[in-house]
Amino acid sequence: MSSVLSVSGLCKRYGEILAVDGIGFEVRPREIVGLLGPNGAGKTSTISMVLGVLEPTSGTIRIEGVDLAKDRSQALERTNFAAVYAPLPGNLTVEQNLRIFGLIYGVRELSARIETLLRQFDLEPFRKTKCGVLSSGEQTRVGLAKAMLNAPNLLLLDEPTASLDPSAARDIRARIREFALQGSCGVLWTSHNMYEVEEVCDRVLFLSHGRILLEGNPKTLPGEHGKENLEELFVAIAREPLALERA
Amino acid sequence: MRFHRTAAIVLRQFYLLRGSPARVLPLFAWVAIDMVLWGFLTRYLNSIAAPGFNFIPAFLGAVLLWDFFIRVMQGVTTAFFEDVWSRNFLNFFATPLAISEYVSGLVVSSIASSVVGLAAMIVLATTVFGLSFFSYGALVIPFLAVLFLFGIALGVCATAIVLQFGPAAEWFIWPIPALLSPFACVFYPLTTLPRWMQGIAYLLPPSYVFESLRAILARQAVSQTALAVSGSLAILDVLLAAWIFTRVYRHAVRTGLIARYSAETLS
Repeated sequence: MSSVLSVSGLCKRYGEILAVDGIGFEVRPREIVGLLGPNGAGKTSTISMVLGVLEPTSGTIRIEGVDLAKDRSQALERTNFAAVYAPLPGNLTVEQNLRIFGLIYGVRELSARIETLLRQFDLEPFRKTKCGVLSSGEQTRVGLAKAMLNAPNLLLLDEPTASLDPSAARDIRARIREFALQGSCGVLWTSHNMYEVEEVCDRVLFLSHGRILLEGNPKTLPGEHGKENLEELFVAIAREPLALERA
Repeated sequence: MRFHRTAAIVLRQFYLLRGSPARVLPLFAWVAIDMVLWGFLTRYLNSIAAPGFNFIPAFLGAVLLWDFFIRVMQGVTTAFFEDVWSRNFLNFFATPLAISEYVSGLVVSSIASSVVGLAAMIVLATTVFGLSFFSYGALVIPFLAVLFLFGIALGVCATAIVLQFGPAAEWFIWPIPALLSPFACVFYPLTTLPRWMQGIAYLLPPSYVFESLRAILARQAVSQTALAVSGSLAILDVLLAAWIFTRVYRHAVRTGLIARYSAETLS
């Protein structure tokens, strides 16, 4: 099956600092890939480069076979994202924001699509409410509704449940999982919640100092490296990345 | 270029205006105040000056045209600032939206907002103070076109400055029209300026417009060459501004500024 995202030899250098050091990976349709690592590992830089808002120093990014550097608009047409640090403008209502982004993505039958998403994400009571006055959980749901507007084939989620209570987070995870399994969408997901990653992701990539140290099934990977669970493995990578790399 | 993406940028401005009297009022309030202030001043000057010279088309008309230029420029910058204030760059630029579509959206928004201001000024100046656009003849159209193009060029250039230097650079932008006005010769002939200021004035398209406006009122021939030069300069300025904005945007993408655009990250 051809991949929705193909990254190879990706590097990002900020002056002397090498934030991303020649990584390569793929995301296939109906696959949720977790991009894990301690703060400063290069996760957000990687996602920013895939979104076309950060230019790689070297390397290529292909979204559904389209080279992002050569045809940015076409590559991003069936891509979308949600991040806790990128809330939608608070001075517009939920419906207005969805309409604007729907237009940008060229969504057909936009009004019907907005209605569906308002229903799916329990946002109907807030359609005329300005996003800035919503609770953080509600804002997260609006961000996810925006991310689903164009029925993307590649969905990038940077800590999508970071501001949600456990019950709401579980609900959101289920919806994203359902969305990925129903269509042909591949998801790249970052999170610091290892329980969530184990529950949702089909595959994980552990990043440290801009390099992929480990890759595998989140359910079996800890055992393969002598750790009890994913959180222990995460801590080990954060503290002793070199030891794991040698192993 | 996809029209629907540019339309999205315009729609965003429309939604913001529709829901906020604080945004609607400045579209015509400040220019209306200018019209009233300069209307009474010119009326007073007419009453004390020797008969034969009408200050209303000379001063009030000039203020009207200058205010139109300011509204066009601020129409672009204010639409851009809305994205600065709401930290919306990441949301917009992580979409298929091309930079040309985004800037086109800012320009179309500016056309809409500046037309509102122009209409308010014309209504006030003609009905209350008797300013007649017929006194300028058909040349008022190229005058407006040159000022419009220069306003767009300066607006796009100003947004590039804020994109490059961060949200705090907004305070460099508001005084730009005031800084340019002495060189634009809005109220006095270009020959009034010292040599070095004349050199700068020759580079500014509005100075040709206001020189021509005074020539018409003095019943002198308007230099077609001057009009052609001002039009060419204005077009050149638009192209230059588009080039500067594109360069600054590419730099912002290369350095990661777009992804982390806020006052905090720049300080």
